[in-house]
Amino acid sequence: MYRRPLLRTAYEQDAAILPTYFQKVAMALLILATILAALGAPVLSAIPSWFLGATWLNPVTNMITLGIAALGFTILVGVTGQVSIGHAFFMGVGAYFAVALGGSGDGIRECVPFHDNIGLVDQAGVCGLGLPMWIWLPAAGVSAALVGMLVSPAAVRVRGLYLAIATIGLVFIGLHLGRMLPEYAGDFESGRTWPELQIRFWKEENPIIDMASDGTWFGLIHLSEEQKQFFFLIALFILFAIAAKNIIRSRTGRALQAIRDRDIAAEVMGVPEQKYKRIGFAISSFYAGIGGALFASYNGRVAPVQWSLFLSVDFIAILLIGGAGTIAGTILGTIFVELTPEVVKRFTEWLGDQVAGEGIVAALANVMLTEGSGDFGPISLTPASPGWPMSVFLWNFVIFGVLIVVFMIFEPLGLFGIWIRIRNYWKGWPFSY
Amino acid sequence: MDVTTFIQTLVKAVALGAVYVMMGLGFVIIFKGTQVLNFAASALSMAGAMFMSILISDRGLPFLPFGNPIAGPEGETPSIGVWLGNLIFTLIIAAILGLVVERLTIRPMIGQPLFAMAVITLGIEFAIRPFNIDATALEGRSLGVPWGAEAWTWADALIPKSYVAATIMALIAGAVVFFFYRSRFGVAMRAVAFDQEAAMAQGINVGRVFAIAWALGVALAALAGIAYGMAPFPPGGSVSQEIHPVLAFRVLPVIVLGGLDSVIGVIYGGVMIALAEVFAGQYLSQYNSVLGSGYSTIVPYLVMLIVLVVRPYGLFGTPEIRRV
Repeated sequence: MYRRPLLRTAYEQDAAILPTYFQKVAMALLILATILAALGAPVLSAIPSWFLGATWLNPVTNMITLGIAALGFTILVGVTGQVSIGHAFFMGVGAYFAVALGGSGDGIRECVPFHDNIGLVDQAGVCGLGLPMWIWLPAAGVSAALVGMLVSPAAVRVRGLYLAIATIGLVFIGLHLGRMLPEYAGDFESGRTWPELQIRFWKEENPIIDMASDGTWFGLIHLSEEQKQFFFLIALFILFAIAAKNIIRSRTGRALQAIRDRDIAAEVMGVPEQKYKRIGFAISSFYAGIGGALFASYNGRVAPVQWSLFLSVDFIAILLIGGAGTIAGTILGTIFVELTPEVVKRFTEWLGDQVAGEGIVAALANVMLTEGSGDFGPISLTPASPGWPMSVFLWNFVIFGVLIVVFMIFEPLGLFGIWIRIRNYWKGWPFSY
Repeated sequence: MDVTTFIQTLVKAVALGAVYVMMGLGFVIIFKGTQVLNFAASALSMAGAMFMSILISDRGLPFLPFGNPIAGPEGETPSIGVWLGNLIFTLIIAAILGLVVERLTIRPMIGQPLFAMAVITLGIEFAIRPFNIDATALEGRSLGVPWGAEAWTWADALIPKSYVAATIMALIAGAVVFFFYRSRFGVAMRAVAFDQEAAMAQGINVGRVFAIAWALGVALAALAGIAYGMAPFPPGGSVSQEIHPVLAFRVLPVIVLGGLDSVIGVIYGGVMIALAEVFAGQYLSQYNSVLGSGYSTIVPYLVMLIVLVVRPYGLFGTPEIRRV
């Protein structure tokens, strides 16, 4: 009986962030392994080149920024049950507020929309005030939350698929705003540069903590640029994940879950439906804004076209593949969804190097790729070549789509559901229940 | 406002409305029959247009030992009869594609929540779209429209033949849907839309209703994709890599405005949205510097958001009866 996963003897146990002993140990080991791997521990960071290879830190850090936004998506869709496909729009809102406040620009007059049309300045410029990160990062979240509140009067009235379609509308309106307001968004195709991840007190020359160049932190440890950004972002991610978990297990979270399970019943029980839906939207948009700002800042340069429907669908895939409504599921889903394309890319590159060799791998490479003997392989290594065979870039979308379909049909609870099944199997082992 | 511009704008709006109505009917037939909002409509519609292009321009697939027998004489623009023959052939292939998609992905999910079904179609969209994008090449594929970009002149106004053709296609599609709807089968479909279990208990073959709804829905989406590919429409007589992949997403405001499950609502919604889009594009163009180029494409979404605030189930949609 002792340590059975679902045996709760106190309410505190039920509400704990990590309820079981096993989860506490596993989480501690995971964090320790991550830190050691990022520091370059010989065993842990020796990732084979057909998987992610030596440069794994880059895609993983990128994944973390999207993971923060995915936490918000889980709160809105998984916990509150409001299906939104407009998450990319809120990410964009946060990112552009961040770049307007923190980016390098021409001055404050350029921040007025259409300044060149109304004759405020002679020629069109870019808005950017160059403020430090402790202003632009929270501002990104708050502004996105405010925009979320702004659209929520429309959003709380519609439900189900109508809400999903309405939020698709937001994405397209956002893309148009990106084209319409170059003073914030920069050029529509190439975008503009985001502020770097540097902690300054005000606009002084040397940042207090510099994450954009190699250096020694706190006089103790020498870190490369990538390692610094990784540690900073994963610390933020853990912070936001704990915050999300706390929201879910608090009074607000219980109200949100009541609305998800049955909105009228929740209202009958005294949960103000509209108010809590609005709160759900605001929290989710806050996370989206922070995630968007960090994503753009980490990537350095983002074009308005990137805040598109594809990005929103990424989050739906994260939610479904990870398992709806749980933080652990969100983390699993983010890792799976955001790293799969990278793994596929690295794997095909690795296959391309193996064509000349012998054995099973070379044979597989010959079958899969167009290079080598027999040009019938479905995968082309040349990027963006129209016509059959398709490039790896396009195959990634096919794999992504097929994964969503397969997961929905065979494992509606996602990776989290698989974990629950494994746990339940071992829980009663050797008996079946 | 001069009369010529007004007539041309009106004709353009009606033709665009016709495309919207065809695509919207495809959405609504599938939604009524199977309770699935088909987010894969873009990819399926573009795949249909691709089939047409393969049949008429490539004269069949290169790796098949035989070509397309009804492609007409080689090296010249197909005659109208040949083109229409191939159009019908394409619609049959598109319907078969719909049957396959339904059988593989929708049938195992009967009884699952609406959202799960909608997300499956999003997955299908992602799985099919790359093949479309890859096969269109960079400059698009010709649809071999016999009348090209020709136009009639009436009272100084140019009336492109393609616009008239799109309108006629929509009328025929609407008539087919109307008679289908009134037939024994359409009644069965409405019964299934009302309550799947009760319909089953009355002896209706629900699986067959699902299959036919998807076949018809995908064929209508393909028809809309082909109609939008005709010359004065932006893709310019070909399957376009930029425009066709998002065509169905532009139709979402139409079905929301009409109500997801209303056939008559799609017709009103399609015409209203097209009128708003085209007239805003024509008569507000002096504000282009403020509104941004291409602002007319977001007019439908703005109309949709306003309508949703006032009427959460569209103009003709059935309000969901909510019980505790």
